[in-house]
Amino acid sequence: MRRLRGAPFVQRIGFYLIAAWSAVTINFVLPRLMPGDPASAILFKMSELGPVSEQQEELVHRLFGGARGQSWWHEYVSYLNGIIHVDFGRSISFYPATVSSVVKSGFLWTLLLVGSATVIAFVIGTSLGVVAGWRPGRAVDSVGSLVSIFLHSVPYFWVALILAYVFSFTLGWFPLSGGADLGLVPGFTPEFLNSAVRHAMLPAATIVLTSVSGWMIHMRNMMASVVNEDYVLLAQAKGLPGHRVVFSYAARNAVLPSISGFAVSIGMVVGGSLLTEMVFNYPGLGSLLNQAIVNVDYPLMQGLFLIISLTVLAANFVVDSLYVLIDPRTREAS
Amino acid sequence: MIRRLWAGGDRKVTVGLTVLVLMLLVALVGPVVVGSLLGQSPTKLHAGPPLAGPSGEHWLGTTSSGVDVFAQFITGTRVSVFVGLVGGTISTFLAVVFGLVSGYHTGKVGAALTGFVNIFLVIPGLPLLLLIASYTRGRGGWAAVALIIGLTSWAGGARVKRAQTLSLRNRDFVAAARYSGDKQSRVLFMEVVPHLAPVIASTFLFAVVGSIAAEAGLDFIGAGNTNTVSWGTMLYWAQSQGALQSGAWWWFLPPGLGIALVGTAAGLVNFGIDELSDPRRRTLRTGGRPKRGPKRRKVNRTEVAA
Repeated sequence: MRRLRGAPFVQRIGFYLIAAWSAVTINFVLPRLMPGDPASAILFKMSELGPVSEQQEELVHRLFGGARGQSWWHEYVSYLNGIIHVDFGRSISFYPATVSSVVKSGFLWTLLLVGSATVIAFVIGTSLGVVAGWRPGRAVDSVGSLVSIFLHSVPYFWVALILAYVFSFTLGWFPLSGGADLGLVPGFTPEFLNSAVRHAMLPAATIVLTSVSGWMIHMRNMMASVVNEDYVLLAQAKGLPGHRVVFSYAARNAVLPSISGFAVSIGMVVGGSLLTEMVFNYPGLGSLLNQAIVNVDYPLMQGLFLIISLTVLAANFVVDSLYVLIDPRTREAS
Repeated sequence: MIRRLWAGGDRKVTVGLTVLVLMLLVALVGPVVVGSLLGQSPTKLHAGPPLAGPSGEHWLGTTSSGVDVFAQFITGTRVSVFVGLVGGTISTFLAVVFGLVSGYHTGKVGAALTGFVNIFLVIPGLPLLLLIASYTRGRGGWAAVALIIGLTSWAGGARVKRAQTLSLRNRDFVAAARYSGDKQSRVLFMEVVPHLAPVIASTFLFAVVGSIAAEAGLDFIGAGNTNTVSWGTMLYWAQSQGALQSGAWWWFLPPGLGIALVGTAAGLVNFGIDELSDPRRRTLRTGGRPKRGPKRRKVNRTEVAA
């Protein structure tokens, strides 16, 4: 039975709304499943930093539970109400700043760093994979694959350490930490942008170096299985020029799973970038998360976890929509 | 399957398997060897001068508090490899089950499962891992860490398998099996899984490597138990006690190289799995394009599944 053209799209939106709700709910359930009483711990820490108002106490219990005699359902409804109003309480490590303002300060840094690095890595890696997978077993494939496998297996933060050691400590080419020189006012001024780019070089290089090989391996394997498909042979038999066979016939079909994998990997790259940011003390979400972990700042941790999840979710939605557009075989089932 | 990989005679596979077996061996007996045969300890402070370079006495030098790095590295292999194996197994099992079933069913079951996979997919593994680890504060030891890693890392693998299953289920041979009245489980395991075998095998290998890296990342931030000796905690102490600034490369190089070595070995074995699962590619390797006649040999699916 043929569906209405818009139906799969509406379905997909439905899926992602449910997924978003789940992310929010995991955030609610997790501290309540864990041993101990996070709410009391947070309130104790807050009272050390300054007076805690009745309203704040109420908020902490709403976010983290605790012995208040209220039903889970009641807590849950007021928790959701808080989320809708972007109210995650106050951060402990940045007290008395609110969690949402702290998260907001790091968001753009991470988005730009991870966004550009991910796109660069995907383009380079997939292109290399096409070359390596077209003729499996040749020198390009063997050497390239070996190097890419090694790079793929190296931990992000370790690469970050090595790059910092070589290019910052030893050679002094790039600044070691931060997002831009102190004293510069963020804005579209040449000085600030120049400084920001120089500071982003090493973290971005780390992300590209460690994730480029994943795309390459993926694409190489798909290419290697596609080159033997009948339609590729037919294209060759027809005497089409080599580059047309490689790109229009083989690569075009081989890239489909890579695009599907792209959405998945955004989550992994964001995860890896958190560790990279910690090494370089880059002012994004990763460094904030590090602060939150060191200071046992549960409200900030929760807020960060939620915003990272929702961002990755949004990216997945976009890539998923694109995937259905380019691979008709999945249209029927999605 | 391992014997056939070995018998394949590919040097890459041989090297990869050798390294993996060696690492497993080190994980099993390494701590004993370090303790009783070499007389070194991974935790004894001031076993040598602080920040000494590699020497006959201390093969990989010492840390800033004079602990033997080689002893730490060998002992740390155990936690890292065990977490990798257990976490990778849990993750792969869940990925295959959810990927296959959610990709094959087009009805309500498939939709519900796909939603479930998507839900786990949108929760990025590492932040969730960090969140849980911060709440648990190192309780439960390495087994708990492996369990959490396995439970939070399967969705990516499931998604890839789902996409492939979606594409496979509409191919002729699967449709033929379906319409000829084969049981669903038979169609899945005899027709779909063999085509996914290389993907599943490489998922497992990379899940193991991913779990090792996740554990190391957790320890590196200090969200794990910093008192245990693992490759991650070695890097944590190296970073926090300024190994970089003192130029003590022998301190921070080995743990990262250890992780990379296991990963590279797994990748090499993956090559062999690829060729095993697609005999056509084997002919490619030995020379030029394969000859193709009207009687092209059909890949024996059951053989591949074995």
